[in-house]
Amino acid sequence: MLTMIPQLVIGITDLAAAFLFMFGLKQMSSPVTAPSGIKVAGIGMLVAVLASFLYAFDVDAAAKPFLLSNLGLAAVALIVGGGISWWGGRKVAMTAMPQMVAIYNGMGGGAAGGIAAVELFGGKYHGASQLAVTLAGALIGAVSLSGSLIAWAKLDGILNHPLRLAGQRIINGALLFATLAVGAYLAFTALSGTTPLIPISSLIYIFFACALILGIMVTLPIGGADMPVVISIYNAFTGLAVGLEGFVLQNPALMIAGMVVGAAGMLLTILMAKAMNRSITNVLFTNFGDISKQKQGKIKGSLKPVEAGDAGIFMRYAKEVIIVPGYGLAVAQGQQKLYEFVKLLQAAGVIVKFAIHPVAGRMPGQMDVLLAEAGVPYDLIFQLEDINDEFAQADVALVIGANDVVNPAARTEKSSPIFGMPILNADKAKKVYVVKRGQGKGYAGIVNALFYGDNCDMVYGDAQAVLVKMIEAVRGLGTAAAA
Amino acid sequence: MNFAISIDGFAAVYVFMLAAFAGWVIIGHVPAILHTPLMSGSNFVHGIVVVGGIFTLLNASNGLERAIGFFAVLLGAGNAAGGFAVTDRMLAMFQVSGKPAHPIKSGHAKARHPKTS
Repeated sequence: MLTMIPQLVIGITDLAAAFLFMFGLKQMSSPVTAPSGIKVAGIGMLVAVLASFLYAFDVDAAAKPFLLSNLGLAAVALIVGGGISWWGGRKVAMTAMPQMVAIYNGMGGGAAGGIAAVELFGGKYHGASQLAVTLAGALIGAVSLSGSLIAWAKLDGILNHPLRLAGQRIINGALLFATLAVGAYLAFTALSGTTPLIPISSLIYIFFACALILGIMVTLPIGGADMPVVISIYNAFTGLAVGLEGFVLQNPALMIAGMVVGAAGMLLTILMAKAMNRSITNVLFTNFGDISKQKQGKIKGSLKPVEAGDAGIFMRYAKEVIIVPGYGLAVAQGQQKLYEFVKLLQAAGVIVKFAIHPVAGRMPGQMDVLLAEAGVPYDLIFQLEDINDEFAQADVALVIGANDVVNPAARTEKSSPIFGMPILNADKAKKVYVVKRGQGKGYAGIVNALFYGDNCDMVYGDAQAVLVKMIEAVRGLGTAAAA
Repeated sequence: MNFAISIDGFAAVYVFMLAAFAGWVIIGHVPAILHTPLMSGSNFVHGIVVVGGIFTLLNASNGLERAIGFFAVLLGAGNAAGGFAVTDRMLAMFQVSGKPAHPIKSGHAKARHPKTS
């Protein structure tokens, strides 16, 4: 009888959490309702976590003597883990967001793997199907943990170059096979009751070690530009692992939340890969940099540098300006100055729009967040398919810190590694200004024909410094006219 | 009466199938502008694993199980709290230019031209 009420409360709160998660994610389909959506989901999480302490009323007999100290440990782990993460999440710069998501994702994978480990060590699963699901969740969770950590290191710049061994695919294949074989042997001995060749706990250690190494080896060869897709895949993996462990624990809230994220993550991964014009297998098994070493076609024309102030004044007298911001803008921390410049143009009657490429930034949608952070209203921000036809009518396309996403080679040059990638048609505008640090190449390491076009002028310098000069020039006009 | 939940065999497969379908449909309607908050938001949702971690830790009966259970709760809590913190922070930044918000539908958002008068 003592267990009935807690069971009922846990059942209701978990049901509520599952509903609130789905409702919250649904709310996220519009920037208007999204802020309340995450809060709704947050309430679901809080309630479910608090209610989970009621599990204390119905613990295994063997765990009874440890109950008080276990409760204490749970409280400490919640406060320490949650507190550190919360603090980190509040403090992290928006440019470092992809790394942060990778870390949080790895944590979730690790937690799912840990739950699986306890089930395996304690032999707590019931029957063959639960054991199989536990092992599957353990494998996916462990791969997600170690893989996410490598992804974090790459995005954070700790690991700079893709590491690729000879026969990488064979090694990874062998690792996957070894993990599966150990798992199968583990399951066989556990279910048939035969004595394994080595103690079963050693088998479990080997299984997890193989899975963790697999995650590292699979992620190491992937280039930095492809990391967003990789994080998205691991996000889906962690969701899947959580869903599977939810089944083992007979907790439908975990099953539903995990599987919703697993499916959503897979869809998101496919959308991102499409935006980069690459298939998922292509991301996982080939190196972006490898292909770009091919010889490139000759480019006619020359680079024409102009002064920032002149470019600013030209835009002041234009009718419509479309801005193409890239990661270089965020590196220079120029978003605030850019919006200041935009407001000046708007005050002068210029129509200003932002054109965002799906993979601008280091994570899809990151540029949207960075502009929002600077206060740019989202109704000025347009996605590629909505604005691409408008470049032809625009007087000026201002490209800041972007390169590959405006490279016309993607349309014409079959040998180019970015051939076929949808690009922003900045080259079709009557006038193009490109703000760039120097004459270097973009992430993909290819020459950009846009820069050599007759309608294109280069403004060299740090994005923020260039924008300050443009602002000064346009402001100077205003006072001159007034005087 | 007994409120213990038991999901086995085909019932579990049905739950998984419907949840996966729901996730697919829900995300299919998110505009590209929200892809980053969405990724961190779904990342937050799988932080529910912390509930499983607490269950595991409370039922742990030896040093190894307790240690692993402790880390499962620690990591799960980190996943949930961090995921919420960054998502909430990002979403609060999205604003519309000084007029009533107009919901953007699907990936083909048609935002209005800024009024220039």
